[in-house]
Amino acid sequence: MCGIVGLFLKDKSLELTLGEMLTQMLITMSDRGPDSAGIAIYKNPKNSFTKVTVQSSQPQIDFENIKIELDSLFNQNLEIMIIDTHAIITIETEYLNSIKEILATSFPNLRIMSIGDSIEIYKEVGLPETVANRFDISKMSGSHGIGHTRMATESAVTTMGAHPFSTGNDQCLVHNGSLSNHNSLRRKLRKEGIECETDNDTEVAAAFLTYKMNEGYNLGDALKAGITELDGFYTFLVGTKNGFGVLRDPIACKPAVLAETEQYVAFGSEYRALVNLPNIDSAKVWEPEPATVYFWEH
Amino acid sequence: METIDLTKSSLRDLNEILQRQSEITNQKQWEVINPKGAHAVAVGLNAPLELSIKGSTGYYCGGMNQKANIKVYGSVGPGVCENMMSGCVTIEGDASQYAGATGQGGLLVIKGNAASRCGISMKGINIVVHGNIGHMSAFMAQSGNLVVLGDAGDALGDSLYEARLFVRGNVKSLGADCVEKEMRPEHLNILQDLLNRSNANADAKEFKRYGSARSLYNFDIDNAGDY
Repeated sequence: MCGIVGLFLKDKSLELTLGEMLTQMLITMSDRGPDSAGIAIYKNPKNSFTKVTVQSSQPQIDFENIKIELDSLFNQNLEIMIIDTHAIITIETEYLNSIKEILATSFPNLRIMSIGDSIEIYKEVGLPETVANRFDISKMSGSHGIGHTRMATESAVTTMGAHPFSTGNDQCLVHNGSLSNHNSLRRKLRKEGIECETDNDTEVAAAFLTYKMNEGYNLGDALKAGITELDGFYTFLVGTKNGFGVLRDPIACKPAVLAETEQYVAFGSEYRALVNLPNIDSAKVWEPEPATVYFWEH
Repeated sequence: METIDLTKSSLRDLNEILQRQSEITNQKQWEVINPKGAHAVAVGLNAPLELSIKGSTGYYCGGMNQKANIKVYGSVGPGVCENMMSGCVTIEGDASQYAGATGQGGLLVIKGNAASRCGISMKGINIVVHGNIGHMSAFMAQSGNLVVLGDAGDALGDSLYEARLFVRGNVKSLGADCVEKEMRPEHLNILQDLLNRSNANADAKEFKRYGSARSLYNFDIDNAGDY
């Protein structure tokens, strides 16, 4: 099944409450996906700095060692913020490649969740409410965010199998459905130099969009290419640094509801997820059409 | 009028109290407030109640309804009136996918649009949609009438049995074995009666009728290679 929620704010005055609204939406979708949950939140981009979100299964040991090693190398140019099993490393963009190299060689057990100017991804196994509380998502502010509650079908219930998936800078994707051509597409993408880290079908869809956007497509056109290349059932919600996009497969049996007001665009697998948003009673509420791309950008 | 507030009562309590009403109850007027998209609101009713639902609901609203007259002042999620037996359900807003699926009787009126698979496998229900309907509507529909004042999506009436489909607007495409058929006086009568009963301001003469070509009823050896 799986549940998806998303919120794209047009009105900056709502940014302080983004985490709170998303958390409430996510918890409402617990029935659709009680095994894992995750949130991608876009917040506080800093000029010439990049954020790397990492996850560890032994955070006390790993994050302490990272601090020691990176502090000695980069000193002033680095900030590490630890939140439960995740840490956000903020680094001057020019040092990004060195950091990636150090993480890969000295900390092979660490998982990189996302890299980008504003994206941060938090995901873990467990009930959505528990996951959201672990990371204190409700206190977070931001310009837009997407969340997912997972009921696993195509791959195991693990942290890395949880959504959102990020395969490109500031990009992420969540998915309700299942893809049937993910193995062949994964092999094709590998030949193009795009690696997937898991056996998960959704990660392949994320990687496909990254591949298309690397080729110069904008989010809307990359999603359109997905209609012909991706085989299976899907409702996708995609985040980029500036925007937020929705696509449903041509059969469209996976549910989706959009709501738009002057202040925000909201997505929910079910209307239930949206009922506590400000002025929802006067919002334009509709179901996105099958095989039709919707996207909004700042 | 009895009012049930779904922020105060549980869904189970609501359905239990509505289902407990007998054929001859004096308490016929009911109102549900704050449904907030909840699933399975007012399912399995079997008495001639007058029920207003003030707000939008989730999946399966009014499912299996018998005799009750339900009005939803909002939109409904997937599977509204699934397997309805009798009575009348009116949706002021839109309906999600498979509205009226497998319905055996009664009247479902959707004042807005209905999404895909509207009336899938309908078995006698009458459905009137004031707006448009999505793709694969009336798929394997067996009997009853589907009336659409707007347009129909792709593959209308695919693998249709004997349901009658009336569409005033455009049909994007017809499904396998669904064809346009002659509108005879008896069809105009059925259609105009349904339009009147669902407060649709439309003339039956503006509609086209679609039905089964009946070429899929029996196995044709020439098609063996297609399987």
